[in-house]
Amino acid sequence: MILGAVTFSVFRGVPDQDGDPFGKMVDYTIELDEGMVVLDAIHSIQAEFAPDLACRWNCKAGKCGSCSAEVNGKSRLMCMTRMDEILEETPEGGAVVIKPMQTFPLVRDLVTDTSWAYKTDRRISPLSGPEDTDWVFSQQEADRVQEFRSCIECMLCVNTCHVMREHQKFDEFAGPRFFVRLASLEMHPLDEKSRIPEIKDDFGIGYCNITKCCTEVCPAGINITDNAIIPLKERVVTEFYDPIAMIGKKLGLRS
Amino acid sequence: MYHQFKELAAVDITKEAMEVGPTAHYVMGGVKVNFDTQETCIEGLFAAGEAATGLHGANRLGGNSLSDLIVFGKIAGEHAASSAKEIEQFKEIPESEIKEIIKDTLAPLSRDEGENPAAVVSDLRKMMQDKVGIIRTKSLLEEALTDLDNLEDRSRVVFGGSGKTYNPGWHQSLEIGAMIDVSRMCTLAALRREESRGGHTREDFPVPDHSHWGKVNSVISMNDVGEMEIGFVTYPPIPSDLKELLDSEDLQEEE
Repeated sequence: MILGAVTFSVFRGVPDQDGDPFGKMVDYTIELDEGMVVLDAIHSIQAEFAPDLACRWNCKAGKCGSCSAEVNGKSRLMCMTRMDEILEETPEGGAVVIKPMQTFPLVRDLVTDTSWAYKTDRRISPLSGPEDTDWVFSQQEADRVQEFRSCIECMLCVNTCHVMREHQKFDEFAGPRFFVRLASLEMHPLDEKSRIPEIKDDFGIGYCNITKCCTEVCPAGINITDNAIIPLKERVVTEFYDPIAMIGKKLGLRS
Repeated sequence: MYHQFKELAAVDITKEAMEVGPTAHYVMGGVKVNFDTQETCIEGLFAAGEAATGLHGANRLGGNSLSDLIVFGKIAGEHAASSAKEIEQFKEIPESEIKEIIKDTLAPLSRDEGENPAAVVSDLRKMMQDKVGIIRTKSLLEEALTDLDNLEDRSRVVFGGSGKTYNPGWHQSLEIGAMIDVSRMCTLAALRREESRGGHTREDFPVPDHSHWGKVNSVISMNDVGEMEIGFVTYPPIPSDLKELLDSEDLQEEE
């Protein structure tokens, strides 16, 4: 099956003096073959028309988290987005619109600067378990944190989160990706660090009002809101706002 | 793999047939290194992993390159660090050489009329797959050497697009030279090795020749006039502790 000629409207540009995106949407028309994904289409555009179209990618298998972009307004991995599905949702005669992630500073064209993620990652203390590494825990306990380990750090969740996108709370809010990491540590059966105070104060979990946009775009299928963020919010509530727990603490019945 | 087939091709590989094809995915050859230190014949230059050679013989088994780069990457790193500490004064680099490198590096950005590097890379890939691929013959390998001359001429006048920031066309323009060098080495060694062994299969010499080719490695170096020259060296005897690990079939080849 040949899908025929399709027009793509791709953002081309660089940051201006203030660091804001400066550029325009450029149309490219290419022939599509069966089985192509959006990233293949970008590579065709590079090969035919624009060798200097910047696009970050590596594994082409949805595992490295490099080719995050906004395709027809939705945050997706370009390598895992099939063109036949995109064409179904694109209005007839219209172009497929490809833009870089809007939440992160632009580097060029489809490439953004996600170094915020590395800085935020370093703010989180690593797993702190017993010194003897001969750790034993039950399969059930392992299963609970296993889901969080499938994160590929593509930052699509952060890109789509309105706390970041609309309100730029980069300093006060860790964003969905890092609540996933914090949850994997907080729920780890052998982690000994008390993380709830910093999850509340330094990582600002209260900003999240559980619209589940992050979960919707996660290419690894992690239930970010239900399995990571909400349980952390519940732990914050228990520790800081539960009146019965407060009385219990006062009476010395719980720590 | 299940996930990829399901997402990208809508094929459930636990129930339906999947298509499988051979492809070049690893280079068994590489830079010759000292096996104690991973240092190359250029002082202070170290190589490890797929860039180096000597570990996998004529065919690498799946999973072995990961252990290769972890073990020998550590050795290379440690020796590179200790040798760097001993350098008291760096050798003088002539200003003219630096200028020439800068000029060559920037050249692809200024050839507005040149060909898109992607076209040259695509033709190189196709040619290598067709003529230096799974089953090789003398006549195809000789054709490949001529084709490489033409591709090399084309690679010298490509246009990498504009801009130095994250410009994939420019990077590709700079890589083609190395791709052609590696392709030429593969072709040259494949042409001269008149036997079949590991990943190298000659239709005109279908069986392994243990008595001669089994005992020599192909070593390619640059001669006085800057051309590739192939030589053959016998490898040193296998140390007895390693020889103990070989099974009877391997030992038969050795004798």
